[in-house]
Amino acid sequence: MSESLLVRAGARAAAHSLGTERSLTVAPLNSISRSFGACCPLAPALILLPVDPILEFRDVCKSFGPHRVLDGINLSIPRGSFFALLGPSGCGKTTTLRLTAGFETPCSGEIYLQGKSVEGRRPYERKVSTVFQNFALFPHLTVWQNVEFGLRHQGVADRDRRIREVLELVQLRGKEKHYPSRISGGEKQRAALARSLVLEPDVLLLDEPLSSLDPGLRKQVRNDIKALQRRVGIAFLMVTHDQEEALSLADQIAVMHEGRVQQIGTPREIYLKPQTRFVANFLGSVNWMNGVGVRPEATRISRGTTDAGERSAPATVAHSIFLGGVVQVHARLAGGETVVATIPRQEDSYQPGESVLVSWHPSEEITFPDHSV
Amino acid sequence: MNGLRRLFLAPAAVILVLLYGIPLAIVAAYSVLRRGAYGGVDAALTPYNFARLADALYLTILARSFLLAAAATLLCLLLAFPLAWFISKAGPRKHLYLSLVVLPFWTSMLICMYSWMFLLRDTGLVNTILLSLGWISEPLPLLYNYGAVLVGLVYNYLPFMVLPIFAALERLDPNLLEASADLGAKPWTTLRRVVLPLCAPGVRAGAVLVFVPSLGDYLTPDLLGGGRTIMIGNLIQNQFTASRDYPFGAAVSLALMSVVMLLLWQLLKHDKDPLL
Repeated sequence: MSESLLVRAGARAAAHSLGTERSLTVAPLNSISRSFGACCPLAPALILLPVDPILEFRDVCKSFGPHRVLDGINLSIPRGSFFALLGPSGCGKTTTLRLTAGFETPCSGEIYLQGKSVEGRRPYERKVSTVFQNFALFPHLTVWQNVEFGLRHQGVADRDRRIREVLELVQLRGKEKHYPSRISGGEKQRAALARSLVLEPDVLLLDEPLSSLDPGLRKQVRNDIKALQRRVGIAFLMVTHDQEEALSLADQIAVMHEGRVQQIGTPREIYLKPQTRFVANFLGSVNWMNGVGVRPEATRISRGTTDAGERSAPATVAHSIFLGGVVQVHARLAGGETVVATIPRQEDSYQPGESVLVSWHPSEEITFPDHSV
Repeated sequence: MNGLRRLFLAPAAVILVLLYGIPLAIVAAYSVLRRGAYGGVDAALTPYNFARLADALYLTILARSFLLAAAATLLCLLLAFPLAWFISKAGPRKHLYLSLVVLPFWTSMLICMYSWMFLLRDTGLVNTILLSLGWISEPLPLLYNYGAVLVGLVYNYLPFMVLPIFAALERLDPNLLEASADLGAKPWTTLRRVVLPLCAPGVRAGAVLVFVPSLGDYLTPDLLGGGRTIMIGNLIQNQFTASRDYPFGAAVSLALMSVVMLLLWQLLKHDKDPLL
């Protein structure tokens, strides 16, 4: 397995450089990854061939009774990419995942896996695999038996070797004979990942992968998952409500709200060029000033001096919040709006009541086309 | 153990010692004494009461009791599992169905058994309907046989199988069923490899709760079996009534109890499995 996974890892690196070209991906995967294996930055012209995505949603709707959960979802997940569905609870992101796995059926619209409609295919007939939020490891089976579970239903010859390799990959060697109740949260998650990855699914589905873990563990596991995804080259579709998780893990993010996709793009696009007010606010704080938004870290505070080309407004410091490395200065504009500036600790010398100048560079402004303001 | 905990334990302990421990000691004592000429016991020790159990007549009754109790347990399991599954998936109507399952408990068991007699006898409801439909020309012998006893046992003890299996199914994480399907297991495989193993404690508890009282039941075989000595419960009852052989009755009771205890121990020691 490791060889096939590594070959895909090469293709994955190539696909990553495609950025926002959602309708395009790499083909043929294997030959390209071999010929460009460890070489210089790829020339996009060489590899941008129109190829179908691994997973596609076309106008998918889903209602539970009178409640419309998904209202015309269109998504296209490129091969080998790490794709995040980001949104608040109730936005339909988990339903999207469950539709992919086959636990729910769409009311209308089509889902295509490897270019083929999955309509009518039961969960056990789909080559996708889910890592559940609570991991859903079988408590009566050991780690080894859990990983073996899915392979038993396939006529796999070298079952033992594949289980050993995948356990090696997620660093669970030595825990084979342990029951899920006897291993830590992080190990449970890796066991769940191994159980899915050993089947080499077309798409791996992750439902809030970090939410069941201790906060102290999350950053480490986040890095591990990212590294694992790059290594195996399988497309990961992750559901999360945590924007930091989505920004740090995903190649592409679809922000969802009230059953609709608000925006699809790379983490930078979503954060820096949000297309709707909802996306702007959900990805982080925004200072809204006369319809123009500026993120707190792009907002400067000064005592009357601005750089060339900057825009500014006079304000009065209300209070400061010390956050360790940075300080949040809350200031009030003449019009009454509160503006928050996140500044380095060393630059904080502002006292409540002090008159200051709030400034920002026009390129940092968040604006929307007329129709979405 | 502190004083307060002792205090809480006291009422139950007193009742158990008075109403269970002492009578059991009397039974144990009787089982090794000689039968009195006019009932009761003589003050003379003898192993004869236990030796009599090896008689082919009694061994047959013992074997038949075990077979009937085992068959009742198996039938209850086959009926109870789908029923418990259905109830556990019934959503808000769950509680209604559960109260229907325990509804027969609200009626005296004796009345239930007489109702079955009215249903199954030659002029009973079943035969009357079949006769009037012309499907049979003579009444079917539905009552006073092993089949009738089995029906009675299953009817009486079915709820004891449904409830623990239902409890086990309720504890089952629905994600595990989805995970199983997600990993390529068809429904039947999921049932065999996920649901049944995880419900094993409930199935074991249900099996014990059905098997043990079935084995010792005397009312059901007495009423539905036609007054013959069908099961071991009837044998014991006879010793204390018609035969007035208290020592032998005590010996049979003790023997039955020992066998049941042994079986229970064998079955329940598995519940220390590394589950959950």
